Amino acid sequence: MTNQSIRAERTFSAAGSVEFDADVLVIGGGPAGTWAAIGAAERGARVVLADKGFCGTSGATAAAGTGVWYVDPDPALREAAMANREKMGGYLQDRRWMARVLDRTYDRSNQLADWGYPYPVDGNGKAQRNSLQGPEYMRLMRKRTKQAGVTILDHSPALELLVDEDGAVAGATGERRQKHDRWTVRAKAVVIATGGCAFLSKTLGSNVLTGDGYLMAAEVGAEFTSMEFSNPYAISTAFGSVTKTLFFGWATFTYEDGSVVPGAASKGGRSAIARALLQGPVYARLDKADGDVQQHMRASQPNFFLPFDRTGIDPFTDRFQVTLRLEGTVRGTGGLRIVNDDCATSVSGLYAAGDAATRELICGGFTGGGSHNAAWAMSSGGWAGQGAADYARQIGPATRRSLSGAGTVALRENANRPFNPADLTRAVRDEVVPYELNYFREAGRLGGSLRRLDALWAEASSADAANASDVLRAREGAAMLATARWMYRSALARQESRGMHRRDDFPDQDDRQRHYITSGGLDEVWTAFRPHAAAAYAEAAE
Amino acid sequence: MIEIIDAERCTSCDICVNVCPTNVFDKTGGIPVIARQGDCQTCFLCELYCPEDALFVSPFADEPQQVDLAALKQAAAMGSYRRAVGWTDETSDRRGIDRSYLLFGH
Repeated sequence: MTNQSIRAERTFSAAGSVEFDADVLVIGGGPAGTWAAIGAAERGARVVLADKGFCGTSGATAAAGTGVWYVDPDPALREAAMANREKMGGYLQDRRWMARVLDRTYDRSNQLADWGYPYPVDGNGKAQRNSLQGPEYMRLMRKRTKQAGVTILDHSPALELLVDEDGAVAGATGERRQKHDRWTVRAKAVVIATGGCAFLSKTLGSNVLTGDGYLMAAEVGAEFTSMEFSNPYAISTAFGSVTKTLFFGWATFTYEDGSVVPGAASKGGRSAIARALLQGPVYARLDKADGDVQQHMRASQPNFFLPFDRTGIDPFTDRFQVTLRLEGTVRGTGGLRIVNDDCATSVSGLYAAGDAATRELICGGFTGGGSHNAAWAMSSGGWAGQGAADYARQIGPATRRSLSGAGTVALRENANRPFNPADLTRAVRDEVVPYELNYFREAGRLGGSLRRLDALWAEASSADAANASDVLRAREGAAMLATARWMYRSALARQESRGMHRRDDFPDQDDRQRHYITSGGLDEVWTAFRPHAAAAYAEAAE
Repeated sequence: MIEIIDAERCTSCDICVNVCPTNVFDKTGGIPVIARQGDCQTCFLCELYCPEDALFVSPFADEPQQVDLAALKQAAAMGSYRRAVGWTDETSDRRGIDRSYLLFGH
C-alpha cells in the first residue's frame, strides 16, 4: 500500500544537482535507518532515506546473520535476559531502557513475521524469532520502506548537514556517486543511522561504516558517550572477511607447532588469541562441533562456509590460520548520546538510531554485536523516526528557512596544502588497528597515539577542500580520525578496566568509576563524566 | 574480492551495479565492468543478487586472485551461495531453515 500523497517533493534545482523537500531525512539505510524511515512515514511524515551504498545490502547486518534479543513477554524470562549480561557490560546498562527495548523488539519481530519474513519453526511447531538472515531481512526492509512511501536515494553518501539560523539541523547535502551529481534534502528533522565505525577493517559488510554520521553530527555540536567501548575484534580466517564469533565457540586454537594457545576462546578468551597473534600465527579448527552442530551451522549461516569451501578447507578437520579484525564502534557500545525516549541527540532537529547511537543503555560496556545491536536498531530506529516526525509536525508548515552547510574539514577552501585521503586513512588505521594500542590500552601508548592523531587533525582541518573525486574518501578519513580521537580520549579518562575496555595499567574494575564518559569536539576534543542512572536515582531518593 | 563477470552468462541487467554497497562496478551499456576492485569488501552480496550466476567473489579479502572460470563453472561454484540461502526457485525451501536457535547459548 504505497502512500503517494505523503511523498517528499522534488523541487527545482540547478543543473548537476537534485533537491527534495521533506519532513524527515534519514541518513543510512541499514536496519536502523529503514525502521526509522518507516516509523516516520507511519506518522504521516514525508521521508527521504539516503544511503551511502544500496539500501538493502549496505551495512553490517545485510551481509551477515544476526541474533536478535527477542524474549517472550514472560516476566521471569525478561528478568533473566536483562540480568545475565549486566556483569559483562560492567553494570552500566539502564533497566528501564532494557525493558522498553525488549518490548519493542518483540513487537517489531512479530511485525516482520506478518510481513512475510520466513522465520523457522522448531520441532514443537513453535516459531523461532531470535535470529535473522541479513540478506533476507534487509531485502524485506527495503521493500517495506518503499511501500511506506519513502523516497530512497541509493549510492548517495551525505557529506554535510544543513542548519538554520538558530543552529537547528534542517537537512543535508551529498553526492550521487552513480549519477555524478549532488543532492540536497531540506528537511525539518534528520535521523543519523549511518552505523558505527570499523575503520575499513573488512570485517564482514563493514567497509561502508566509517563514522561519517559522527563527523557530521559533531560539526553541529552533538555529544558522544561510551566511546571508550570501541575495541572489539572479531575472529575470521586470516585471508577472509567472514566473521562469526558464535561458531568459533566450537574451535580449538593452536600455535604454529600445534600446541594449544592457553586460555584462548571465542567467548571470554579472545584476548589470549590477540596476545598470541602479537607473537606469531594462530590457527583454529572447529573440532568441538559434532555432526548435528555442523549441519545446523551450514543451515544457519551459509556464507561462513564460503571461504572454506572455496579454498578446499574442511574447518571441522583442517587447521586454518585466523586473525582478529577490528570492529570499532560497530560492535562497541559508544556513539551519539541519546537525551530522551525519542532518541533525540543534544542538537535540535537531530536524532540518532542503531549503531550510530550509543548502545550503553542496553549493553553498558560490552556487546557481542548481533542480538542486542539488532534489537537496538529495530527499537531505536522506530523511536527516532517517530520522534523526528513529531518534531517536524511541531515546526509546522514549511517556511523557506535560510540554510547553510555545517561541514568543515575537506569541504572548505583553505588555499593551503592539498588534502590526501589515502595517507590520512593509512595513518589513522596505524593508530587504531594494532592490538597493542587499541585492544590492550595503557596511558603512555594512548597518549602517544593521541599526540599523533591530534597532529593529523591539525593538518587535515587546515588542508584545502578535497577535489570532487576525492571528497567522499576525504570525509571518511576525517570521520575515522575524529572517531579515533574521541575513542582514545575517553579511554584515557576511564582509569580502570570495565566491559570491553581494558587498561594494562588499571587491570581491575573500580566501583567508583561506574559512570559514563561523554565526549565531543573536533579542534579541541573534550571528555566529561555523567552519573549512571542507578546512582542518579539513589541520589534523588536521599 | 569480486574477480569475474562471466560474459557468457551476463545479460547486462546491471543489478550488480545497483546492489553493490561499495560501488565496485560501472555500467557500460553492455556487460558491466569491475571498475574499483580495491573497494570490494568481500560481502558476496553481488553474487547473491545475480540472477544468472554470472559472478564469482573470491574469499580472499585483501588481495586479488587468479581464477579459472571454466573450473569454477565445472565445480558449480558460481551461484553456490545463492542456492545455499534459498534464493533460487529450486532451493527456496531453504529460506526458512535457520537453525541458529539450536546454537545460541553455547
